Amino acid sequence: MIRKYFFQLVFLYLFFSKEVFAAESGGMPQLDPEFWVSQIFWLTLVFGTLYVVLSKLILPKISANLELRKSQIQENIEAADKQRKDSELKLKEYDDIILKSKLESKNLFNETREKTLKNINIKRDTLEKQIDEEVKKAETEIDQLKKTAPEKINNIAIETSSEILKNLIGTEINNSSISAIVDDLYRKNGGKYYGN
Amino acid sequence: MAANPMTQFEVYRIGPEIKIGAFDISFTNASLFMVVSSLAILLIFNLGAKKNSMLPNKIQLLAELSYTFVSKMISDTAGSKAKPYFAFIFSLFMFVLFCNMFGMIPYTFTVTSHIIVTFVLAAFIFIGVTIIGFIKHGFGYLKLFVPSGVPIVLLPLIVVIEIISYLSRPISLSVRLFANMMAGHTMMKVFGGFVISLGIVGGWLPLTFSVALTGLEILVAFLQAYVFAILTCIYLNDALNLHH
Repeated sequence: MIRKYFFQLVFLYLFFSKEVFAAESGGMPQLDPEFWVSQIFWLTLVFGTLYVVLSKLILPKISANLELRKSQIQENIEAADKQRKDSELKLKEYDDIILKSKLESKNLFNETREKTLKNINIKRDTLEKQIDEEVKKAETEIDQLKKTAPEKINNIAIETSSEILKNLIGTEINNSSISAIVDDLYRKNGGKYYGN
Repeated sequence: MAANPMTQFEVYRIGPEIKIGAFDISFTNASLFMVVSSLAILLIFNLGAKKNSMLPNKIQLLAELSYTFVSKMISDTAGSKAKPYFAFIFSLFMFVLFCNMFGMIPYTFTVTSHIIVTFVLAAFIFIGVTIIGFIKHGFGYLKLFVPSGVPIVLLPLIVVIEIISYLSRPISLSVRLFANMMAGHTMMKVFGGFVISLGIVGGWLPLTFSVALTGLEILVAFLQAYVFAILTCIYLNDALNLHH
């Protein structure tokens, strides 16, 4: 598109400036072989020199710089990686220690609790045993008392009755007949008085 | 300036006439701009390679970016086997680029707008690539002209076409660069001439075009250097890795 306009314009331009163009040598200077050899010579010389200097002196330096930077960055990355790993390891260690100590403390707590519980149990058991013994003792005493009580009371009743009768009537009454009466009464109503 | 837009391409002698035998090898304006471009390249890249800091300064960054750019271009198109030719392609790319770019400065001479210069470069590449191909593959390099998977009937025709296309490589390579540079500069000169001839009244339009064309031509200058280098890589790839 642009090229088309360009050629149109060139033609237009050349058309208008015919006189000027006629004065020139004409055509493209590029096709004039006058300086071709010179151009080839200088191109070879200059480009050759440029190539040699670039390839032998400058490009190796740039390449080395790039390599150096690359390796340095790589090194830094590796160092950072190592440090990260180290710190991770440390963190893990720390976590382990915490976990272990937590476990230990828990164990300790449990042990102590168990021990205390056992202690309490033992003490309670002995206490209970003691109490049981005391209660038993008391019960046997009470039983004994209960067993002996009717006889004593009967005796008391017999003696009291004989005393009362002696004072009322003034004669001695045979204790055995009173005792028979008391026994009889006791047999009849003993349960009511002693709850047996 | 002369009104003829082609006068900018004229070569003239600077200094005395130097002759070797029958050949005139005088120092000309073309030679001057070759030297100037090369010196600029050497200066920039020498400064860029001088000191190595972890954080590169601007000129070092420029040099290193150019290095990686060309290196990537070569490895992308021609593979790792093309590593030994890196320096040559780098020099070629930079030389063409700087010659093109120096040509964009007003009143300078564009070295690459001369067919003889581009043709010498292209012919050197063509011959070099052909020699490399024959060294690497012996006569097997001729298999380049026989693409695989082509019907037998078409083969004679294809081979002829392939040979013609191979032989026309130096011409197409050199003419592409030369014609682009010449056309661009001629066009700018024509528009510049319009600015003068139309004067202050009508000159603004061609001036606007001229400004836009300058931008376009800078792009073309870079693009043609890139195309020149990448085509060299592609030819080199054909010689190094025979795919057919």
